[in-house]
Amino acid sequence: MAYNDKVIDHYENPRNVGTLDKDDPSVGTGLVGAPACGDVMRLQIKVSDDGVIEDAKFKTFGCGSAIASSSLVTEWVKGKSVEWAEGLKNESIVEELSLPPVKVHCSVLAEDAIKAAVADWKKKKQQPQG
Amino acid sequence: MTVKTPIYMDYNSTTPIDPRVLEKMQPYLRDVFGNAASRSHQFGWVAEEAVDYAREQVAKLVGATPAEIIFTSGATESDNLALKGVAHMYGMTDADKLLLDSIAKGHAQGTLPNAADMVPPRFGSVDLDAIAKEGAFELFKDRGDHIITVATEHKAILDSAKRLEKEGFKVTFAPVHKNGLVDLDALRAAITPRTILVSIMMANNEIGVIQPVQEIGALCREKGVVFHTDATQAVGKIPVDVNALNIDLMSISAHKMYGPKGIGALYVRRRKPRVRLEANIDGGGHERGMRSGTLNVAGIVGLGAAAELCTKELEAEMAKTRALRDRLWHKLSTDLDEIFLNGDPERRLPGNLNVSFAYVEGEALMMAIKDVAVSSGSACTSASLEPSYVLRALGVGDDLAHSSIRFGIGRFTTEEEVDYVGQLVVDAVRRLREMSPLYEMAKEGIDLASIEWAAH
Ligand SMILES: Cc1ncc(COP(=O)(O)O)c(C=O)c1O
Repeated sequence: MAYNDKVIDHYENPRNVGTLDKDDPSVGTGLVGAPACGDVMRLQIKVSDDGVIEDAKFKTFGCGSAIASSSLVTEWVKGKSVEWAEGLKNESIVEELSLPPVKVHCSVLAEDAIKAAVADWKKKKQQPQG
Repeated sequence: MTVKTPIYMDYNSTTPIDPRVLEKMQPYLRDVFGNAASRSHQFGWVAEEAVDYAREQVAKLVGATPAEIIFTSGATESDNLALKGVAHMYGMTDADKLLLDSIAKGHAQGTLPNAADMVPPRFGSVDLDAIAKEGAFELFKDRGDHIITVATEHKAILDSAKRLEKEGFKVTFAPVHKNGLVDLDALRAAITPRTILVSIMMANNEIGVIQPVQEIGALCREKGVVFHTDATQAVGKIPVDVNALNIDLMSISAHKMYGPKGIGALYVRRRKPRVRLEANIDGGGHERGMRSGTLNVAGIVGLGAAAELCTKELEAEMAKTRALRDRLWHKLSTDLDEIFLNGDPERRLPGNLNVSFAYVEGEALMMAIKDVAVSSGSACTSASLEPSYVLRALGVGDDLAHSSIRFGIGRFTTEEEVDYVGQLVVDAVRRLREMSPLYEMAKEGIDLASIEWAAH
């Protein structure tokens, strides 16, 4: 099976690989997937007081399409609002990366990851600081 | 360092045809086109002579006599022929016996006037009076219905066994140890008076482990059970002698030993004991009635030539491939932490290396080394989306199965290629681990097993 050029580009030059401080109250972390299933994604966002995503980082254990999906999502959400990120649909990832049917689950996982990251950030915000 | 890419390192999947083999085949694809079964003219005689010669070459490689070599289309067919051929020749299911009992009863009571016609011809001529008197279960108690194989076999064996299960045969999939070797005590315990066949591969296609075939063969002899071994990966790679190893039936494939694809053989023992098979493919009665079909003369010549080269070069080639394999393992295991060799380190094919690179997914790794042809046990590379069932049978966790790569080294692999691939893999694993959340967590001392992962 040959890979799509965009997948290869993200795989070879992944955007925003890294780690944000998960204890920072302005950081939301989403960790989804399972090692036994062959893919785990960790997506992190740093959100400003007015709800804009200032930074996004990922680390992914998974195939090239999983890496590309998470890389793409970090690229997309940077500078966007958390509402925008929450509304992200996996179909957009499938379309952008031309993922074949067997790789659609990678895009689903990336959608789950960004949603989990936003949820984590919201949960932190609700909790009293200190 | 200049190496020519792409690099082929997937010799367990198939091997390139040796140019010396191709040379021997060529005349039979051009001018010598006769049908080896044509007894009445010289076109046929020449073809038959070539086939006979190849039969000798193959027999010699494995210590058999030429008449014991049955040509097939490859190991898949040989495996099918061995399992189904033995089951149908020697076996009888409970359902078969019940059927005979009820026909015999009707015959004895006179309620079935044409009882004899109701006996399926596959049972041969049976004595309905005797069955009525003694019962089919007693009369045919030597005709068992039980087959034993192991979970790590090739699909050609597993699926043939499953087909027989559908027909009413009973199959035991014997367990293997963590190192991939069959548990001999469990095997001994699994053999019952109803067991008709044990089929255990000589060398595994994924992890290269070499089973204790001689001991298994001796056990089968002792119990009076037919013993088949799928030696597709072993023949031509390690010394094989059907007599020393107590083998009754053995599958061989040309394309794993530098011959052409679509040709193979089944060794069928003729003496002590003589093994009989019911054919799977019916027709003109070729190959002593066990495998009909006009012989693939060029393919057979290729298999023969490949076998002869292996006979001559086996020892030297084993030493060479083992040295290259060990060189690759040394490089990987020196430069990388948390990598695991799958399968027994000693009892394995000289050219096989199967490694799990923890925290890195196999398909992603293959993408990073895309100019190198290898295989992975990762689900992502298989049609079934399941990780390798062979690694599972060894108790390798699914996470490490997803992280496995099989390197297959062979006749045309060079030291330069091994060094190039070794460095490429080291760099790729390091890069992918930098990207892996699991590696980061493990380095922080988090026990990954303690996390509740959501399966998806
Ligand atoms: C152990 C084993 N058995 C059987 C086969 C099937 O052989 P063939 O391709 O000749 O049908 C293979 C090869 O894929 C194999 O490795």
